[in-house]
Amino acid sequence: MLTTRRLGKRYGEKRVLRKIDLDLPRGGFLVVTGPNGSGKTTLLRICAGLAQPTEGKIERAATRAQVGYLGHEPLVYRELTALENLELYGRLYRLPERRERIGMLLERFGLWEARHERVVSYSRGMTQRLALCRLLLHEPELLVLDEPYSALDEAGAELLDAQLSELSGERTFLLSTHDPARVDPLASDRLALAV
Amino acid sequence: MSYVRDVGALARKDLLLELRARDTLPAMLLFVAAVFVVFHFALPGTPSRLETSGLLWVAILFTALLGLGRAFVPEREQRTFDGLVLAPCDRSAIWLAKSLATLAFLAAAEVVALPLYALFFHRVGGATVAAVFLADLGICGVGTFLGAMAVATRARDLLLPLLFLPLAMPIVVGAVGASVVDSPGRYLGFLALYDLLFAVVCWASFEYVVAE
Amino acid sequence: MLVTTALVFVFFVAPNDASDLGFAQRIFYFHVSIAFTAYACFAGGAWNALRHLWKRDPRADLESYVCIHQGLIFGTLVLLTGSIWAKIAWGKWWIWSEDELVLFLVLYLFYCAYFMLRFSVDDGPQRANLSAVYALFGVVLIPVSFAAIRLAKAYFHPEVFTLHGPNFGGSILVTYCIVQAAMLVLGYTLYRLELGAKLLDVRLRRLREVLA
Repeated sequence: MLTTRRLGKRYGEKRVLRKIDLDLPRGGFLVVTGPNGSGKTTLLRICAGLAQPTEGKIERAATRAQVGYLGHEPLVYRELTALENLELYGRLYRLPERRERIGMLLERFGLWEARHERVVSYSRGMTQRLALCRLLLHEPELLVLDEPYSALDEAGAELLDAQLSELSGERTFLLSTHDPARVDPLASDRLALAV
Repeated sequence: MSYVRDVGALARKDLLLELRARDTLPAMLLFVAAVFVVFHFALPGTPSRLETSGLLWVAILFTALLGLGRAFVPEREQRTFDGLVLAPCDRSAIWLAKSLATLAFLAAAEVVALPLYALFFHRVGGATVAAVFLADLGICGVGTFLGAMAVATRARDLLLPLLFLPLAMPIVVGAVGASVVDSPGRYLGFLALYDLLFAVVCWASFEYVVAE
Repeated sequence: MLVTTALVFVFFVAPNDASDLGFAQRIFYFHVSIAFTAYACFAGGAWNALRHLWKRDPRADLESYVCIHQGLIFGTLVLLTGSIWAKIAWGKWWIWSEDELVLFLVLYLFYCAYFMLRFSVDDGPQRANLSAVYALFGVVLIPVSFAAIRLAKAYFHPEVFTLHGPNFGGSILVTYCIVQAAMLVLGYTLYRLELGAKLLDVRLRRLREVLA
């Protein structure tokens, strides 16, 4: 699903990644760990197609429509409601049964009641749950998750746990975290980055 | 076809955001009215039609700049660029949709500004209206593109007028020319050519502005 | 070494041939050939920008930047020599009726904005992309602005008048060609020098990074 060879990234004169070799088969679950500043986010952004490597090669067996990315930002408009945000993404991803899918996800992540409220009025945990809805909306084949647990409360984290175990094996995962124990049972591969 | 739908979805989002925040359009309306008043006092005596039509274009250009500076503020402040870049639609759809939304605001501002200009200064002719339309296309297309560039920099709002005004000079020539001469065909043609040329350049290169 | 050769050409050959034509004409040689060199630099900058966008080669970005930097230096000289020429020929330091001078003023503003843009983004792929796209806008702007300035004349000076450049013939043409060649060589030499220094700087920093 995802292969990188001697992948490197520098921003001008600053080197953030060097010589990363990855082999993530379809259905694999790679957990990336490392201290702050070790390039986790950069690596994940490159794998999601948001950034280009400056050295080495990357091959991704998924189109842009098949990649799901969850970063530090929820990537939703705060002035729009949850429903409007998901409608926008549903249109952009050209989902055939948009309404049903959005309704199901909102229901599952406990946001159905708040669907007509603007995201600006949401708590941090609710916003992150909406971000998860956005991530799963188009049923991506390759899921790139950058510290997905960071903004979630315990209930939200458990919801995410359930989602991950449901989809693992079937979908391909690339996940970075400070708490590898949490996803340890799912992990098929591990990568530790150093500063 | 799906390209049109993408543009529609994105433009709809921009109009919705403006409807919620209501900050761009009222600011543009107030600004253009205030500029006219300032112009009255900046021009002693009774200014000729030639002079005031130049001022009309200065007012339109700066009002547009006000709106263009705000164009990508939601994406910047709410950090949603990545979401749009990740979506499978063509990236140029982001530019086209934003240009259309800005065009709608600018047109709305002009619907008020032109009668106001006619009331304060001189009559507005048909050629001027045609020039306004063609110039708006160029202003919004190029300006939105540069607005996306400017929000990616540290200088942000400061940079947009600097990037935009040299590129807007041909628009001013075409627009003022069409407003003041007797046979405006040449100038309108020039404006249309400008719009077409820069639309192609913007459409082809917007990808590089938002994605690495 | 090339620089000295170029300078020898400019200072020995050009004045010799131009001595019987008067000072104003001599400035004209420099003015036009410098302007042409500046265009060449801007075109080179755009070409390298295109190469960068095509191949994502960081070196092409650097080459594009150095080209435009040289273009801006020559552009400054165009404005200076043009201004001196205007003073000698028309007794004023600035005239709006000289197409090329006005065009260079617009281009000067445009490429100054290029530098503002470049210095406002951190080193990296985004800076390279934004600079490259803006450099491409530049080469579109050059002919469009030129056409615009021509069009603007029609409403500034309804009586059509053209400026009489010297009739090219014999020794004048030879001198012009030599000055032009010298200017191009000078421009290219300066370009190589600056590029060499910049590349050395990059290599030095990489080396330091490896050693650290």
